[in-house]
This record gives sequence, structure tokens and C-alpha cells, in this order.
Amino acid sequence: MSNSVEVSGSLRNRLVLTLIGGAAVLAMLLFFAVRSYAVQVAQQGQDSILEASVASMLDAATIRDGAVELDLPYSAFSMLSTSADDRVFYAIYQDGTFLSGYEDLAYSEGQPFETQLMRGSDVRTVSASRTMIGADLRTDIQIVLAQTQDALSETLDQISRNVALFGIGFFALAAALSFWATSATIGQLDKLTISVTRRGPQDLSPFAKPVPQEMAPLVKSLNSLMGRLDQSLSQSEDFIAEAAHRVRTPLATVRSYAEATLQRVDKEENREAMRSMVKAIDESSRAAGQLLDHAMTTFRADHLERDDIDLVELVAELVQRLTPIVDMKDLTLTQNGDGQVPYAGDPILIQSAVRNLIDNSMKYSPVESAITITVAADPAPRITVCDQGPGFPSNEIETLTARFQRGANAATTIGSGLGLTIAQDVALAHGGALHLTNQPEGGACVTLSFSH
Amino acid sequence: MKFLLVEDNLDLANAIASRMRQDGHIIDHAENLGDAQAFIEVGEYELILLDIMLPDGDGRTFLAQHRASDRDTPVIVLTARSQVSDRISSLDMGADDYVTKPFDHAELEARCRAVLRRRSGNAKTTIELGKITFDPVSGQMTVDGRAVQMRNRELRLLELFLNAPGQIFSKNKLSDRLFSFDEDVSENAIEVYIGRLRKHLSGSDLKITTLRGIGYRLDHVE
Repeated sequence: MSNSVEVSGSLRNRLVLTLIGGAAVLAMLLFFAVRSYAVQVAQQGQDSILEASVASMLDAATIRDGAVELDLPYSAFSMLSTSADDRVFYAIYQDGTFLSGYEDLAYSEGQPFETQLMRGSDVRTVSASRTMIGADLRTDIQIVLAQTQDALSETLDQISRNVALFGIGFFALAAALSFWATSATIGQLDKLTISVTRRGPQDLSPFAKPVPQEMAPLVKSLNSLMGRLDQSLSQSEDFIAEAAHRVRTPLATVRSYAEATLQRVDKEENREAMRSMVKAIDESSRAAGQLLDHAMTTFRADHLERDDIDLVELVAELVQRLTPIVDMKDLTLTQNGDGQVPYAGDPILIQSAVRNLIDNSMKYSPVESAITITVAADPAPRITVCDQGPGFPSNEIETLTARFQRGANAATTIGSGLGLTIAQDVALAHGGALHLTNQPEGGACVTLSFSH
Repeated sequence: MKFLLVEDNLDLANAIASRMRQDGHIIDHAENLGDAQAFIEVGEYELILLDIMLPDGDGRTFLAQHRASDRDTPVIVLTARSQVSDRISSLDMGADDYVTKPFDHAELEARCRAVLRRRSGNAKTTIELGKITFDPVSGQMTVDGRAVQMRNRELRLLELFLNAPGQIFSKNKLSDRLFSFDEDVSENAIEVYIGRLRKHLSGSDLKITTLRGIGYRLDHVE
């Protein structure tokens, strides 16, 4: 199984970029919309003042003695005064003939308001006319009034600045929101990831916690995958159990019959045959058992599950269970060291390793000898099993733990030789090691050490 | 001792039963959980030997029900499963011990005794012969009221003789009962144990007689 995943792009980056980009475009649009509206409103203000001013000028026109008389009212100009001291120009025409003012201001028919360039600056012009009817006179007075736009552009600049600040604020807020929204969304994925990662290797139950609607299909497929995995795992476990059952039950039958027959038969040849039969059954069932143990050890070591255990208690339990068998051989099994040796490891694996070590010692122990198990916490947690047997052949001590290898002096002892291999696998899975030594006073010692 | 054996394989059940009857035990056999339930409702057993895979259910269900009821008959589970398998939850389910198939009868007996010893509340099954009392469950022997310490094999040897006083046991028969089949036993090994047993019995009115070329016999000397 490969742990690497091909990564293409990032959902988080994509989401953040999209949201921030959108916010930037929105902020720009907002800026331009508000600004153009402000320009329009400000222009309307200037226009209506210009219109009022020109109207008051036209109102001041009178006909006296058959001639047009126009006295420009002071108020017409005072209403045009601005904070920026904008300049004002005017031109008065009578029936199209220039009368007074600035001649370069042309009267435009039909278009009352215009913006044009005059003497180097933008001006807003308003054109208005009035038809005057006297005793025998009918004449048109046209006035063009222009004003520079300094105050207006000052106001507009100020508005633009404020709108820009507002736009930046809006953008910053939207960006922060998009980061938050992205984390919140991706957070759901992270949560799912954590809950998958934290699961023990045996836990193949479906996810029960509620997830957002959009993740439901993913979780649904995950659940169905786990369901299938669980099914196939339990199928193979059931298969192994079933196979073991099918093989071991008839073996048990044969063994029991052979033993029972052995009690009744007196002829020594027949007895010997029965003994060989029982011996062969023991050998095959032991080999099958160790192979299954080994497969199980390998599987569990690959998916090591650590529980908090007390090694002293774990060994004590094992010693209690093995005592009846040890007693039968007139051996003694004693455990040294008390108190507690806490360790985080797989109890089933460790028990299996220690059981195999004790099995080994029992096989090689001479009659009425002692097997001692010592549990120690320093320098590293470890369990040592010592016997008073012949010890390991000194030239083979290195190669003994290799799979299926048995010592030269083991020819007469039943066993498939997997015991030490199983113990070593367990030690390695826990970051420890298996040490074989011979005691100076005779006997073998095997130390199973673990690392924290 | 009186056992209830719950095992669906008839061949195996017969083999176990006949082997245990040889040792003087009483065995009732139930083929399924239903029968087993009926048996324990009627009879009193000292121990139940329970198979896990049964035609009408899982032995562990029976175990759980048995523990939930107020019966406290000890249960030893007979399993074909691997020892490392974490599926051996029978101990958690209230079984007192388990043996994996195929098993050595001596081991099964040893486990039965260990379980009964732990449940020391049970009635004592003491064998008395002459000046000797012997409790096979606790493995305690007294000679003339004085306790004698013996090793396991000496105890088993004594029990064999006590169960059949006056019967002749050949050397081979005795060594088959005393040693497991994977042990290399010398011809004379049994003589060592007979010698020790004689020493333990000294001062009592029991005597082990050697019948040259035939075997040994326990005699009660009046």
C-alpha cells in the first residue's frame, strides 16, 4: 500500500482566490458606481445654480425707450461664489449679436448645459434666452454663463477618496470573510480526515457523526468501502477459524481415541504405534498453531495497536494460565519483580511472544528445574525468561531467530521453530529487540525488550 | 467428578467421554445448546466442558446466559481457534479457562483441577484408604493425619494407584500417564517416581509392590 497521493491544486487556495477576486471586482464596481453617481449629483447642483443665476440675469433685462437695458444684478454673481473661488464668465447676445462679456463664449441653441474648455480650464456653461416685447420692439436676449469647476472637482476628489477608503474596507472585510468561510468549509474535511486517522486498525464501523450535506456522498462511499472491507476481513477471519475448526476437531478426535486405546492395549508394538500417532498429531497441530500465530502476529504487528498495559500483570496472567501445564512436567514457573511496569503496547502480541518463550523453555528444561520470568522497567521495559536447560549452542546464537531455524540440539524436541521468530517480530514491532544469552551457571535466557 | 460435555462432534465427544470414564469420571454429553440447558437444569455438575461452534448457536452465548443465571458451575471452553486470535474472548465472557483442540487429556485434567482448586467452595472429593486421605483437586495427601508435600507427577501416580488398589500397572502404562508424548522418557524414569512415592507412603499401611517383569500394584496391608 502506498501512502503518497498525487496532489493537483488546492481547494483552499482555489476557494480563497475566487472569493478574494470576486470581492476585488465588487469593490471596484462599487467605487466607480458611487463616484459616477456623485459626479452626476454634483453636476446637477452646479447646473441648477447656474440656471438660477442666468434666470435672474434675464429677469433684470428691461426695455426702456425702445432699447434693451440690462443691469446685471449683484445676486446673480453672489450665488455663484464657491469655496474654491471659481471664475465666472458671461456673454450677452441680442438676436445673435454680441453685446457684452466674453465673446468666445458661444451661445448654443437647444443644448442648455455644456462642458467645454475655456482658457485652459474646464467650464460649465448654461445658455438661456428671453424674448422681450416692447411697444414696437420684439427682441431676443441670449445669455451664456460659464463657471470653472474647481470647487466641484475638489468635492469630487473628496468623495472619491472616501469611496475608495470604503471600497478598500469592503475588500478587506470580504477577504477576511472568505478566509474564514474557506477554513470553515475545509475544516469539515479536516475533521473527517482526523476521525479517519484516529481510528484503530480494527475499527471499521461506519461514521455516525453528522456531516454537511455536500460531504454526505463522500462519507457514504467511505462507509460502504469500510463495510465491504469489514465483511471481507471477517470473512477471512471466519474462514481461518472455520478451517482451524475443521482441521483441529478431527485431530482432537483421533488424539482422544488414540489415548483411550493406549490405556486398553497391552501389546507393546501396538502401544508404540499409538504413541507415534499421538506424537505426530501433536507435532502437526503445534505446527499449524504456530503458523496461524505467526500469521496473526505479522498482521497485528503491521497494524500495531497500543493499549496502556502493566507488563507485570500481563505476565502474571500468563503464568497463572500456564501453571497447570508447567506443574504436569514438575517444573516451576516463577515471576520475579513486583510493582508495576506500565507500557503502551499490544497485549495480545506481547502475551503471544512471552508464551512462545515459556513454551521454548519448557521444551528444553530438565526435570524438576525452574523457569523464571523477570519483568523490569529500567533501562527499558523488558521481560526476561530464563531456564536451567542446556542453553543455546554458542555458535548458533546469532542465527537462531531466523525463521524456521532450530538449534542443533533440538532434534528430539517437538516444535516448528517459529517461537523465537514470533517473539522477535513482536519485539521489533514495539521498537525493541530480542536478546539471546546463556547464563554462566547454565541455562538459556531470552530477553524481550521494548522501547517507549 | 461429574462433567457435562457440550460438543456437537459425536466422534470427538465419544472419544473424550470414553477417555474420561477410564479415569473414573461421570460424563453427560449434550450435542447442542438446547440439550445442554436441559441437562444443567436437571443435574448438578462439577464442571462444564463447552465447545464454541455448535449447531444451534455460539457457545459464548450459552456462557453469557450461564453466568447471568445464578449457577456458578465452572466452565472450560474447548476451542479450535488460534491462541493469538483476539477472538478468544471466552475468558472475558466468564469461562474459567480454555483448552485448544487437539488437547492432551492430562492437560485437560490438570486445567479442570486448577479451576476447581480456584473455586475452593466446592465440596471436597477426598479418597480415603487406610491411614491415607487424598484430595485429588487440591492435591493434598495426609499420612496418619500428617500432611505430605508431593510433586505433581508423584500426585498423579498416587491417584492412579488409589483409584484402583490391587490392580497391576505396567511400567509403560504408568509412564504414558505420567509423561507427555513429546518427552523423551527413559525406561527407568518410572522407577524413580515409584521410589519417591514409596518414601512418601512410608509410615502408612499402603505399600507399592513390584511384580518383576509385570509391573506395580498398590496393596493395603492390614
